[in-house]
Amino acid sequence: MNTPLRRLATVVVGMFVVLMGGATWVQFVQADKLNNDGRNVRTLYREFGRARGPIVVAGEAIASSAPVDDAFKYQRSYANGELYAPVTGFYSIVHRGTMLEQAENDVLNGQADSLFLSRLQDLITGKQPQGSSIELTINPAAQQAAWDALGDQRGAVVALDPSTGAILALVSKPSFDPNQLATHDSAAANAAYQALLAAEGNPLENKAIQGPTYPPGSTFKLITAAAALESGRATPESVLTAPDELALPQTSATVKNYGGSSCGSGGQTTLADALRVSCNTAFAQLGLDLGADALREQADKFGFDNDEQYVPMKVAPSRFPDEVNAPNTAFSALGQYSVTATPLEMAMVSAAIANEGELMEPYLVQTVRTADLDVVREADPSRMSQAVSPTTAAALRDMMVGVVENGSGKAAQISGVQVAGKTGTAQTGREDESPHAWFTSFAPADAPRVAVAVVVENGGAVGNEATGGKVAAPVAKAVIEAVLGQ
Amino acid sequence: MATIQPHRVRPGRGVELALLVPALLLGLAAYALTGLGVTGELPGNVVGYGVGMAALALGLHVVLRWRAPYADPVILPVAIALNGIGLAMIYRVDLGMVARGREQDFATRQLGWTTVALLLAAGVLVVLRDHRTLRRYTYTAMVVGLLLIVLPLIPGLGAEINGARIWIRFAGFSLQPAEIGKLVLAVFFAGYLVTNRDTLALAGPKVLGLQLPRIRDLGPLVLAWAVSISVLVLERDLGTSLLFFGLFVAMLYLATERTSWVVIGLGLFLGGAVLAATTFGHVAARFDVWLNALDPEIYNRAPGGSGQLVGGLFGLAGGGLFGTGWGKGRPDLVPYAESDFIVASLGEELGLTGLLAILLCYLVLAERGLRTAIGVRDGFGKLLAGGLAFVVAFQCFIVVGGITRIIPLTGLTTPFLAYGGSSLLANWIIVALLLRISDDARRPAPDLVLGPPPGTTTAPLPVRTPGSSRAGAPRREGEPEPSADPTERIAGPGGVR
Repeated sequence: MNTPLRRLATVVVGMFVVLMGGATWVQFVQADKLNNDGRNVRTLYREFGRARGPIVVAGEAIASSAPVDDAFKYQRSYANGELYAPVTGFYSIVHRGTMLEQAENDVLNGQADSLFLSRLQDLITGKQPQGSSIELTINPAAQQAAWDALGDQRGAVVALDPSTGAILALVSKPSFDPNQLATHDSAAANAAYQALLAAEGNPLENKAIQGPTYPPGSTFKLITAAAALESGRATPESVLTAPDELALPQTSATVKNYGGSSCGSGGQTTLADALRVSCNTAFAQLGLDLGADALREQADKFGFDNDEQYVPMKVAPSRFPDEVNAPNTAFSALGQYSVTATPLEMAMVSAAIANEGELMEPYLVQTVRTADLDVVREADPSRMSQAVSPTTAAALRDMMVGVVENGSGKAAQISGVQVAGKTGTAQTGREDESPHAWFTSFAPADAPRVAVAVVVENGGAVGNEATGGKVAAPVAKAVIEAVLGQ
Repeated sequence: MATIQPHRVRPGRGVELALLVPALLLGLAAYALTGLGVTGELPGNVVGYGVGMAALALGLHVVLRWRAPYADPVILPVAIALNGIGLAMIYRVDLGMVARGREQDFATRQLGWTTVALLLAAGVLVVLRDHRTLRRYTYTAMVVGLLLIVLPLIPGLGAEINGARIWIRFAGFSLQPAEIGKLVLAVFFAGYLVTNRDTLALAGPKVLGLQLPRIRDLGPLVLAWAVSISVLVLERDLGTSLLFFGLFVAMLYLATERTSWVVIGLGLFLGGAVLAATTFGHVAARFDVWLNALDPEIYNRAPGGSGQLVGGLFGLAGGGLFGTGWGKGRPDLVPYAESDFIVASLGEELGLTGLLAILLCYLVLAERGLRTAIGVRDGFGKLLAGGLAFVVAFQCFIVVGGITRIIPLTGLTTPFLAYGGSSLLANWIIVALLLRISDDARRPAPDLVLGPPPGTTTAPLPVRTPGSSRAGAPRREGEPEPSADPTERIAGPGGVR
């Protein structure tokens, strides 16, 4: 009977090997999937039970966790919550998280793979695990300036460091107070959330990077001009046809200039002048000459149609439409028709021009540190694309300086600083709505330190009378001054 | 023929004592850490618990010194360690429930059952001097075993809990008679099979290389199959049915050494299970849950959803590689965290590392039992030890396999760990029986005297020959006598002891 006993012993070993395999499968291989399952309340309890790392701007925590005596153990709170809400998002027991709280969740709660060593250390020393802190690229003065300058108007501001892509300001209005959503009273959190969903202007929307993408209007003329210069068919001095009214092919539609004015004399103008006064007919004709494909190609080099952009929050892609017929090509060249862009995208356009044509990857997180202040991750600026050649970039820069010095963007002038910019007044496509006011810019023009894009929804305080120059340019000016004033 | 050097067999009681200390400390530390982890304070009764548990374990150790000095030294410490870990986890789940505002005190009751079970194990060792005595009760065991299986079906006595009718309520206690049943049936199978092994093994035609049994010898197998399937159908208990059938097939294989029995047995069971799965809704639901546990539709289905199984998986996943630590997880979020799902609770707080260690403890226990079976000389003892060792391992496989989704989930207890009196009693009796048999297996043959006895001055005494053929060849410890007739030894050297 010993032979079958030995075989049975082997079978028993086999059974336990299978069990060990099963346990390993669940606890190691599948663990991540199971832990992230929405039905797993354990994750929620555990996450809230852990000291979540702070989000830091210039040494001050704008989001931090403090121990409290309830089931969730730590309360998240936001200093200057409304100002930074588009950056931090919120962290709620009912609605989980948004923005950085969500995008950097595994770092903030200390569970990121990159923190494995520090977790192992905590395990051995028996120290209570703590989340890592995130230091942002945000310049608090620029953020505050953008916030103040926008005032009560709906809209968004993005400021970038053109040479690195670091995001210096990211404002979206109206905003909300994340503290209301972070409360552990789930009924109160829910009520606050529902109120925000129903609120005028959709405060939960991040208009700077995600919100409804806007028609960029005349700010898109920078891209049309870039395409023309890159094609080698034009220089800033090239003379363009600029009639008061341009009849479009295949249709009875026409393109007129803003307010029905003329640009240039005798129906002709140079490219530089066309950009300076934002001449619609000249750019519509230029767009027709270049064709939709050339415009799309140039737009994509500046970052349009990028479905995989993270800062680290997911950025809504800006679009240049896929199929465009001739008349719509003319409108697309003016940033109308189906062309849409986020304020971040238009800031990237200015930043690329400022950075000798080189477009840098925008980012928001400068440094990630463990609770012991060990650096886990440091931002490494990287190139996204060469949007235009340095020569084209220089030409565009000079033309943009013209816009501010003697064109539609005079409101952005700063004494002692040469500002380069481009205005935009974008029709929303609805008769009863005032146009969106745009301004994208960088400064100082000869050694750029900041690129800013501003959108003010529906003309803001001025309404129907609004233009990008009147409404958006002063906001950009305030941000530039805040950055340069330091 | 090579000369076999006789060597002294160590009784192993010193080793056992040395292993008992860490085994006790493991349980005590777990208990203390649970208190510290949950409430920040040591449990109030930690000293009493430690002293009591140590007294019981050391008491059993003393009984072994007295009644079974050659018993395997590893079995008792492993069982004590598992029992201690189980108690700590039951206490931990109690604290978790209390923290959620639900009074629960299973730990104290389990401590009571542990006391009773250890005393009972000691009683078995004292009263049962020779495991072969049990063979006399083969058919009594059959009757008692079958009675225990059908007991929950008796109206008024049986109770249906969680859809399975495997409990009886009696004088304020609820018991799972199947737990005792597995032990009693192991005695019956061992007695029956050792008598009939030759007919089962040798008679019958050979088809495709398989030695098939005669139709009339299939009787008991078919009976066992029928009983298992009726347990499955009438008591809605897939686990117990699988356990009994697995036990029977394993012991049949041990007795006959015929693979054909295993093939036929597995075929019959799979056939029956498939039939049951397609015929009966509750069995089909179990299969659904097993195969599509994470499917939202199955998860939310009521009744018979996969919520409990998935809850256990979430717990296991929450533990990850190293676990949350005693008292730091949320095992109380899983229903039956202290009984059916205690493995998930342990997996959560001790992690994969801890769970693998616990599985290894079971493996060591089962393999020590099988080693005992190989070592013991009588066929009844071999079958009984083999069957008991296998049933512990197989029960673990069914429970842990169910929780980790290797097989469909069933409602069996994890031996020694899970809350439950009947389970604890049955498994400690199994330990006592294995210790008893291992004492016989490891005891040196009494027919060899090593060295001169004190007081003699001349040559060693001649080897005594009790009339068997093994006179000249001293037996190594654990090496069986191939020709030894199991019945012979009852009248043979056993009497000389």
